[in-house]
Amino acid sequence: MPEDLNWAIGGEAGDGIDSTGKIFAQALSRAGRHVFTSKDFASRIRGGYTAYKVRTSVDRVESVVDRLDILIALTERTIDENMDELHKGSVIIYDGERSTMQDVEVPEGMVGLSVPLQRLAEDAGGAIMANVVALGAACEVAQFPIENLDESLDKRFGDKGEAIVENNKEAARLGQQYVAEEYDHEFDYDLETTDADYVLLNGDEAIGMGALAAGCRFYSGYPITPATDVMEYLTGRIDQYGGKVVQAEDELSAINMALGAARAGARAMTATSGPGIDLMTETFGLVATTETPLVICDVMRSGPSTGMPTKQEQGDLNMALYGGHGEVPRFVVAPTSVSECFWKTVEAFNYAEKYQTPVFLVSDLALAVTEQTFPPEAFDMDEVEIERGKVVDEAEIDGWLNDKDQFQPHFPSADGISPRAFPGTTDGAHMTTGLEHDELGRRTEEEEVRIEQVDKRTQKVRTAREEEDWDYREFGDPGADTLVISWGSNEGAMREALGFLEDRGHDVRFISVPYIFPRPDLSDEIAAADDVIVVECNATGQFADVIEHDVLKRVQRVNKYDGVRFKADELASEIENTLTGVDSGSQEVTAE
Amino acid sequence: MSSDVRFTDFKSDKQPTWCPGCGDFGTMNGMMKALAETGNDPDNTFVVAGIGCSGKIGTYMHSYALHGVHGRALPVGIGVKLANPNLEVMVAGGDGDGYSIGAGHFVHAVRRNVDMSYVVMDNRIYGLTKGQASPTSRQDFETSTTPEGPQMPPVNPLALALASGATFIAQSFSSDSQRHAQIIQEAIEHNGFGFVNTYSPCVTFNDVDTYDYFRDSIVDLEEEGHDRTDREAAKEKILEGDREYMGVIYRDENSVPWEEREGLDRNMADIPDGAPDDAMDLVREFY
Ligand SMILES: Cc1ncc(C[n+]2csc(CCOP(=O)(O)OP(=O)(O)O)c2C)c(N)n1
Ligand code: SF4
Ligand SMILES: [Mg+2]
Repeated sequence: MPEDLNWAIGGEAGDGIDSTGKIFAQALSRAGRHVFTSKDFASRIRGGYTAYKVRTSVDRVESVVDRLDILIALTERTIDENMDELHKGSVIIYDGERSTMQDVEVPEGMVGLSVPLQRLAEDAGGAIMANVVALGAACEVAQFPIENLDESLDKRFGDKGEAIVENNKEAARLGQQYVAEEYDHEFDYDLETTDADYVLLNGDEAIGMGALAAGCRFYSGYPITPATDVMEYLTGRIDQYGGKVVQAEDELSAINMALGAARAGARAMTATSGPGIDLMTETFGLVATTETPLVICDVMRSGPSTGMPTKQEQGDLNMALYGGHGEVPRFVVAPTSVSECFWKTVEAFNYAEKYQTPVFLVSDLALAVTEQTFPPEAFDMDEVEIERGKVVDEAEIDGWLNDKDQFQPHFPSADGISPRAFPGTTDGAHMTTGLEHDELGRRTEEEEVRIEQVDKRTQKVRTAREEEDWDYREFGDPGADTLVISWGSNEGAMREALGFLEDRGHDVRFISVPYIFPRPDLSDEIAAADDVIVVECNATGQFADVIEHDVLKRVQRVNKYDGVRFKADELASEIENTLTGVDSGSQEVTAE
Repeated sequence: MSSDVRFTDFKSDKQPTWCPGCGDFGTMNGMMKALAETGNDPDNTFVVAGIGCSGKIGTYMHSYALHGVHGRALPVGIGVKLANPNLEVMVAGGDGDGYSIGAGHFVHAVRRNVDMSYVVMDNRIYGLTKGQASPTSRQDFETSTTPEGPQMPPVNPLALALASGATFIAQSFSSDSQRHAQIIQEAIEHNGFGFVNTYSPCVTFNDVDTYDYFRDSIVDLEEEGHDRTDREAAKEKILEGDREYMGVIYRDENSVPWEEREGLDRNMADIPDGAPDDAMDLVREFY
């Protein structure tokens, strides 16, 4: 279990919470500490409360926990919002000189540090730096060398000029000195620094970077939380490689633009979240029947309808698997961690082009908003492989023409995969259509041809099943009687939960599944276990349903749908309760 | 591009199943002629077709082509063109496809002004679904689903284009084959989004907007001495409403296509075999 510190800054939206939190997270990362961040958006009460939370340790951290050690509270409500996570000994930093904070009562046993954030910021050059004063104060409490903040302040304010950067550094030092001089409390923390060099990024950025590494040149999208970061990351950066991000007028347009670019031969992608995926659905079938390689990314948020737009949920699994009328051959890949967001994006482009299918890259809000540290080698670009599949150029095209010299874009090869000729290729002109078509792409309703084309599209999936590794990721005790299965972002929390469970005497084997379709066959693993628990962030257990269907056996379920991701300690308790048959009164849904 | 391309090279081996006399025959012939006349050939041309009787054009023409879902032909065409600006991109579809289910895309495609052409085969009816009111149907046009007529004024597509900032607005009539082909040719040659509303009568379901009606009422702007570069004059003609004009109504000679403004000139299909050489810099940005 990592020796960790849990830190947060909270206030009203517009208070600069995100950027202040990010400065601190970056400082920790640059100081060779691991960081795992999370964000609270809307509120358990109401209004614009928001918080940026940082968990840090010299060891890797994979999850959030239900504990808060240092809290910078810019509003009184920030304290109320975090009451469950605060504990005896928690330190709360606030500005007792502000009229709105004068009545703050720090709960029994906790340490309240009233620091005149605004006044000290003015001393340093402007009230706007109050948050940075608070960071300096937090550094003193955590015994984290303040020089580490400097580099992040350079990064954040560098483009605003030397003077601004210096003022901010001064503001931080005033905060630090104030705590050192005014409070002689012995704080328990001593944040070690190491020589390690980490990068700090979130899941959306990792998807964007994966797309660039994979040669994606065309991205069209329509802004939506929590997928917008993918688009914002790519904007500007993709141009350096001759590509383009296009903000479309809606998601119908976004997916159809991406389809057009893909037909022209570009590696193309669109990313959205629930409501946008709904709008795109009609085009899934078009992508599939025209055999166009396309990566469609769904960064899931809480639904249905507008649901809870800034909250976590894994509710779109069925949508990704079955969305669209008729039977739509597709692949569904779901990254299980921030770094996997990168690698699975690279893979998604390869599957799309090798098998000429839509590939759903299903991520979730928890991955999207988590900033996590990695050694840069975790994204070793030399490992990136690009496989374009059966693209035929002018030299090869003759081999794919029929006896009338017509190119056959839907030729029913034994492996189901047809040749692809990019527009502009001499003698490659061909049409394709969302209507059922023959091997030339011409509309047909002839029964034999229909069957042939459906079979060839299905055959591609079969070929892929055989050709590719659809492995799962495994953690914990391989010989344990208890098997926990999950997908998507739960991996991190579950990896840490294994430690808690072990401490409480439960040996657990944990399988994290990144491939939803095609997916690994878990029959043997399930048969070997006494207890099988499927963990996911939705109410009905969509992945559990799929697993039960695969192995024709009931599994137990741990579900969470309050909009908040699993925390490691909480998840450990849920698993324990499931094993011991205790009804935790939580959100567990058990199959009858 | 070979110089000996004939318009029949753009014909596929599928025989059209349009009703005999359907306006779409003439519309398609003009498109093929204009493509050949502008020096294009099937291997560098990409046709995107909507859904409707009109949309079948994608299956009757020979080129790189995609026949997509109802109303989304324009975004597909934009994607193709941006990914490979060397291609000649032509989008065609019906009045329902373009001005009803796809109306949102029309407005924004006009605004984006990508260098491509868009031909709306306007028969003022839903042909494929057997005769319901379309967005260009007359207010009192009785159909199976609008027994008293739609009781809404028809969309004025030319005005919609004008209001959206169009750089090229034209109207043609499929039965005047020579003028129709000329107008489409000009739309192709235009440096930007070349929009042509083409009257393509439906002989089966529309007994009001017939060949005779258009022949009698159409006024050729060539004969009117209209100055196509004069936006004010164009506006007046378009908003008059009670006259059916044929010809290029507006053309912005200074139009710069979006992809040119954005500096897109590469074929995006060309990518390296692995991550870009400087890709580790992308990672280091996150220090
Ligand atoms: C999403 C969707 N809704 C409805 C249809 C049915 N449909 C096919 S074509 C069409 C209207 C076609 O009218 P128009 O675009 O004017 O083409 P026309 O047949 O007149 O050439 C409709 C409603 C469809 N294919 N897809
Ligand atoms: S129904 Fe009308 S539009 Fe359709 S093919 Fe027949 S004449 Fe043409
Ligand atoms: Mg019509």
